[in-house]
Amino acid sequence: MAWMRRLAQAGIRMGAPVARQVASWLAERHAPHALEAPLLEVSRVSMRYNDVLALEEVSFTVRTGERVAIVGPNGAGKSTLLKIIAGVLTPTSGAVRVYGQSPGGHLCIAYIPQRTAVDWNFPVTVADVVMMGRVGKLGLLRPPGPKDWERVRQALAQVGIAHLADRPIRALSGGQQQRMFIARALAQEAELLLLDEPFTGLDLPSQEGILALLEGLRSQGVTVLVATHDLEQAATHFDRVLLLNRWLIGFGRPEEVFTPEALRRAYGGHLRLLYVSGEWVAVGDTCCEGAPGA
Amino acid sequence: METLLRVLLDPLQHPFMVRGLAAAVGVGMICALVGTYVVLRGMAFFGDALAHSILPGLALGYLLSGGSRDALFWWGLGTAVLAALGIGALSRGRRLKEDTAIGILFAGAFALGVVLISTSRSYAVDLTHLLFGDVLGVTDGDLVRLGIFGGLVVLAVALFYKELLVISFDPVLAVTLRLPARLFENLLLVLIAVAVVVALRTVGVALMVAMLVTPAATAYLMTHRLPAMMGVAMALAALSAVVGLYASYYTGVASGAAIVLTATALFGVVAFLQRVRHRPW
Repeated sequence: MAWMRRLAQAGIRMGAPVARQVASWLAERHAPHALEAPLLEVSRVSMRYNDVLALEEVSFTVRTGERVAIVGPNGAGKSTLLKIIAGVLTPTSGAVRVYGQSPGGHLCIAYIPQRTAVDWNFPVTVADVVMMGRVGKLGLLRPPGPKDWERVRQALAQVGIAHLADRPIRALSGGQQQRMFIARALAQEAELLLLDEPFTGLDLPSQEGILALLEGLRSQGVTVLVATHDLEQAATHFDRVLLLNRWLIGFGRPEEVFTPEALRRAYGGHLRLLYVSGEWVAVGDTCCEGAPGA
Repeated sequence: METLLRVLLDPLQHPFMVRGLAAAVGVGMICALVGTYVVLRGMAFFGDALAHSILPGLALGYLLSGGSRDALFWWGLGTAVLAALGIGALSRGRRLKEDTAIGILFAGAFALGVVLISTSRSYAVDLTHLLFGDVLGVTDGDLVRLGIFGGLVVLAVALFYKELLVISFDPVLAVTLRLPARLFENLLLVLIAVAVVVALRTVGVALMVAMLVTPAATAYLMTHRLPAMMGVAMALAALSAVVGLYASYYTGVASGAAIVLTATALFGVVAFLQRVRHRPW
């Protein structure tokens, strides 16, 4: 009865991911943090979609409390890298360790999606969205209690939009949308915050506001990784920058990484380097709204 | 006043009308409840396909059990759950676009159902009942099953409200919160399947998607929060069921279709009012 065996195998193939998810969910709610291990260790991560190589042998380490900007042209693999670190995508090869454990066991990683990836007409209020960050901690069958709502209120106050708690999310401006998601990460008690193009489409004051907010998280020991296409911002507001174009071109302090040679390697012909009054200026990165999210 | 009362009470002298009303209201509310997820997640085509792909199971049950209703319910339930999970698995495939894969499966299954039924001698009547429902033929047994399975659906939505909300609004968040997202997605598919099966007797296969989508879509236009959307959708569905059934009683038109048309009219009115309200002049 070969077909019966095959049917059973197909059933197992379909059921196994579900069973694995449930098992890990029931077993270890929160992976133990090996504190001597670095907060984030990415080692030789490669990602292949069908036949397209999105990332190749990317390795780097991030310490607790650092602010890291991931920069590179469209399609460089910035989003892919963030999603692998979040444990949303599984790399084709290589490994990610967060406090010594694979990201799949951690509740402390928050991924903030590109604003275009969100359904802003979904019938929820700002407070509802922030409360979603508590769902992992709450566990099954436990509705949010007064303490959880207090936590949500605090998170909203910290990002400065407490007065918007009961607004439907469709009423928010771009900057407020980002603030809401940062509040959700705070409600989640995230220690590693991954933001995917948070500044795209925001006006300058909103961008500055978000940057100040991220800077403020340092005192709480929250580590921040931001994918951005803005080289200037990356150079001035972040401890270290990671220059990416499928493979890692440079990682370190901005002045070390942003050399004309490295930028040319990352951007090819899409970036023009001008030597203006004694320093190199990079001009003309194309970006970004509606670009294929790679 | 008295005539109005007569108009309202007259039909209730017939036990079949009372049972039909109870069934239509209950079914409408359960479909509207799971329908909020169908609307928010953009699963209307899935719902339509699911309802249609139950037909071969019903036909098989019909031929094998000699038309017994109790048996038919279980055949329908089994097929619906299998079809829901099958379509769910199919939609995670790679090569074909999701709607293409669903389209192939659902039209094929529907054709198989028609072929099976066409081997029966009372072909036309049977097919009509399966396709368009037979709300006035609802039995006490149907009502009991509706109560039990409808209650289970409501219970599941209440118990897993926050998980279903997260997987619907932000599937990536569900993964970083390490929720068993796949499990809850499958749960949702099964809930939709159960709602479809308890609704079969009332509206039939062909108009099922309207029960799932129309009241929920109307509520979507009127509300800003999911619990409110669910409540309004259920109320609109109940209203549509009552109005539709009375209309059908007095004019003699098909009852399932009358219920669906009422729901559609309500949607039209609400959509129109919103348009008018949001116009600048």
